[in-house]
Amino acid sequence: MAPATEFVPDQAKTEAVEAHVIWMTTGLSCDGDSVAMTSAVNPSLEDIVTQAIPGMPKVIVHNPVLAYEVGEEFMQAWYDAEAGKLDPFVLVVEGSIPNEELSGEGYWTGMGNDRETGQPITTNEWLDRLTPKAAAVVAVGTCATYGGIPAMKNNPTGAMGVADYIGWDYKSAAGLPVVNIPGCPAQPDNMTEALLYLALHLAGRAPVPELDEALRPKWLFGRTVREGCNRAGFAEQGEFATEYGSDDRCLVKLGCKGPVVKCNVPVRGWQSGLGGCPNVGGICMACTMPGFPDKYMPFMDEDTYGSLAATALKFTYGPLVRWGRKRNMRKDYDVEPAWRTPGNELKTGYKSRSAGYAPPGSQR
Amino acid sequence: MATTQTPPGQKKVAIKEMSWDPITRIVGSLGIHTEIDFESKKVEKAWSTSMVFRGFDIFMKGIDPRDTHFISSRICGICGDNHCTTSCLNQNMAYGVKPPPLGDLGYNLAEAADYMFDHAIFNDCMANVDFCEQMVKETNPTLLRTAESTPAPGSDIHGYKTIADIMRSLNPFTGDFYLETLQVARYTREMYCLFGGRHTHPSTIMPGGVTVDITHQTCTDYYVRLMRYIDYVKRSVPMHDDLYDFFLQELPGYDMVGYRDMDLVCWGYFDDPDYVDYDYKTMTEWGRARYVTPGVSFKGELITTDLVEINGMMRILLGSSYFDDWTDEETFVTEDPLGNPIDKRHPWNKVTLPKPQKRDWQDKYSWVTSPRMYDARNDTYVANDTGGGPFARQWVTAKAGLVDFGYVKATGHSLQMVLPRTASQPEMELEWKVPEKSNAIERDRARTYHQAYSALIGLHCLERALKEVREGRTKSWNDFKVPQEAVSVGFAEAARGVLSHHMVIQDGKVANYQPYPPTPWNSNPRDTYGTPGPYEDAVQNTPIFEENGPENFKGIDIMRAVRSFDPCLPCGVHMYTGKGRVTKVQHTPTGMS
Repeated sequence: MAPATEFVPDQAKTEAVEAHVIWMTTGLSCDGDSVAMTSAVNPSLEDIVTQAIPGMPKVIVHNPVLAYEVGEEFMQAWYDAEAGKLDPFVLVVEGSIPNEELSGEGYWTGMGNDRETGQPITTNEWLDRLTPKAAAVVAVGTCATYGGIPAMKNNPTGAMGVADYIGWDYKSAAGLPVVNIPGCPAQPDNMTEALLYLALHLAGRAPVPELDEALRPKWLFGRTVREGCNRAGFAEQGEFATEYGSDDRCLVKLGCKGPVVKCNVPVRGWQSGLGGCPNVGGICMACTMPGFPDKYMPFMDEDTYGSLAATALKFTYGPLVRWGRKRNMRKDYDVEPAWRTPGNELKTGYKSRSAGYAPPGSQR
Repeated sequence: MATTQTPPGQKKVAIKEMSWDPITRIVGSLGIHTEIDFESKKVEKAWSTSMVFRGFDIFMKGIDPRDTHFISSRICGICGDNHCTTSCLNQNMAYGVKPPPLGDLGYNLAEAADYMFDHAIFNDCMANVDFCEQMVKETNPTLLRTAESTPAPGSDIHGYKTIADIMRSLNPFTGDFYLETLQVARYTREMYCLFGGRHTHPSTIMPGGVTVDITHQTCTDYYVRLMRYIDYVKRSVPMHDDLYDFFLQELPGYDMVGYRDMDLVCWGYFDDPDYVDYDYKTMTEWGRARYVTPGVSFKGELITTDLVEINGMMRILLGSSYFDDWTDEETFVTEDPLGNPIDKRHPWNKVTLPKPQKRDWQDKYSWVTSPRMYDARNDTYVANDTGGGPFARQWVTAKAGLVDFGYVKATGHSLQMVLPRTASQPEMELEWKVPEKSNAIERDRARTYHQAYSALIGLHCLERALKEVREGRTKSWNDFKVPQEAVSVGFAEAARGVLSHHMVIQDGKVANYQPYPPTPWNSNPRDTYGTPGPYEDAVQNTPIFEENGPENFKGIDIMRAVRSFDPCLPCGVHMYTGKGRVTKVQHTPTGMS
């Protein structure tokens, strides 16, 4: 039954749309993105499956970490998606994609069993089957977006990101490129918010998501860690921590990669706004970046560029800015205005326009 | 896929081959493949398979040892913080660094919060969905009818009138306890983030200590959430007792579901800053001072609580996994720092040589190797399990009788706990008694009591941390130097059981890094000697109580057996319910076709 009042135009119509989320966790991954997703609050998983936002389509999430069904019963959604019975569906991929051309008769990773041969169906095979039909493909976590840890130097599996495997010029059935939500794991709300956005987009309620050159949503990844960090002020004043923990100054000399990393965690926090990385004392290890991890190791050593910039700040205008600010605070801003005193005279500059109230010191 | 077979020389029976693949509501990829005899309602055989290989120990070779906690954290998406911390304990040993007390306490406070989160979400949003009304209706409708008319003994405390009401509260996305637990799993992760920065891959857990800025505010934020959690636990424990007792009472023989011999392992966790110095040579003493005691049992006998002895007993066997043997590779360690001999099959000497190949149930069928404990008394390799974590931790701690920190006391046969007064409940005493059997229900029950145990470790460590902060000792990290050569180990407990990281440093770089998480201990395939892994063993012992026949069989008893171990394989269980075609009974001496 349609609601008596529509709070947004065509509310009943778009709320009747059923959008499926096929969430694959069998890339080379740790399932950390699915686990993180259960902690999201903006929106929460419950918000998504109970259609908490007016006009949002009905979203049915197929994810192995929380699914009620098991085995073939659970896998049915994958076969249905392949057969075009789930329309639209969003394919969410978690984990990097191995090179199965190198695994001979075996496999690096798979999900479900081939009904004919009894052998596992590889994750790569699922991508081949499902990406042409998906309304959108979302790579969550740095493994799926750019390869991440399993794609480190010397890895035996030839791992890579989803876009590396299906092509950076890929377009989904709805004409969208791969949407990348990097992070190791991805920040929980970044994932659920992007899914909500796509659901609204597929229902015709939101424009095409704006992505940058690495296919990241611009509103989430437009700023660097430093640009959002609560320790950035220290950096500006040329003040850098010399040990971890109780020293709350900028961490860049201790290995923080924040100045050259696109990520919103210092702004959004980690869990319900709490936690994070340099904002709470942990060095940024650049886990959202395409060059992660190899280009940033060893993590606890300072980054070359960051170090140069820090040295410049430390020995040029940083100390001047700091001296000026501290002086101004000490002499001026940390001192109350002079008129806040007891006594029989009003010193505030109050101009009395009333015959009844004209204390000593007030002006007429 | 499905076939039937009769083992040579035995009575002909119609056996169905059934597999469940993937097993959901766990973390990672696991498949269970079984042969079930529906006449006698027994699982004849079971195979456990993991489908994912990434090769951490390969690509960690040659890296800076200070990167090992950042990288190894990524082994697991739910116990990542356990890996990170274990790697830091390991590095502390290698570098000879001891954090300030607030650093040690920071590790404990973060990890206690992780247990509070993990046991809550796994028990009530994953494992106990197998006990929810919707599931019981589909698998055991008769039992559900009984549950509707069975009053819950603890209803005064938890508020559910009947056992069926408890089951309804666990229905996914509609049950009130399920929904409450999703919220609990969030604020407990907020607690984690207060000391670890992020969950599950932390940003502030480091060798040398904890790098988060710890102030009065950090402690306050933790305190209020912790007391809220203790309030929740006071309702949760009696509710779970009612549910599990009902199954044991109404389904006689249910204590054989997931049954195994009491062959347990626990490495102990939560170091006391007054004792731990991270030195291998004193590990026996500081290991025994842990808030959870390390230990090994064979057939219900507590063999040792000595981490040095435990280290010497570890072996990694192949047999059914897709790896080549390392007998011809370099031997890194021949004796430990105390001069005890170290075996070629010990983790310090293990070399990972992957060889992907076709899955063959009679030969190689998994990416998981087979860790074993060597029993020198009779020269055997025992497939010990972790009891899903809490079961082994509590069994060993209770039996050893070493722990007594006020809120928790180990008596030799039980754990006595005192939960302080909270917003809606008065002070409450709980006692977890060592159960007679190691089975699915007792593993699940131990998990719910462990939520209380973890909260009390958190409370104790918070009080100690507050004392440090209030007295101005806010330093939580100490500097160190990486040596050119070192041999080290970190022993810890992931939420779901034993976790060790063994490291060899040569020329200042990682020469070998071997993490052994809990799930390889539990989910491993048959080893070189044909000994099945714990899941396989536990499923093979499982009687079938499900009321459905083969046509709509859900395998619920098998699922409960497997999930009681809290599987966490970023690798997975693949069970395949299918219709399990029965073909003609035939002799196939080689096994499965």
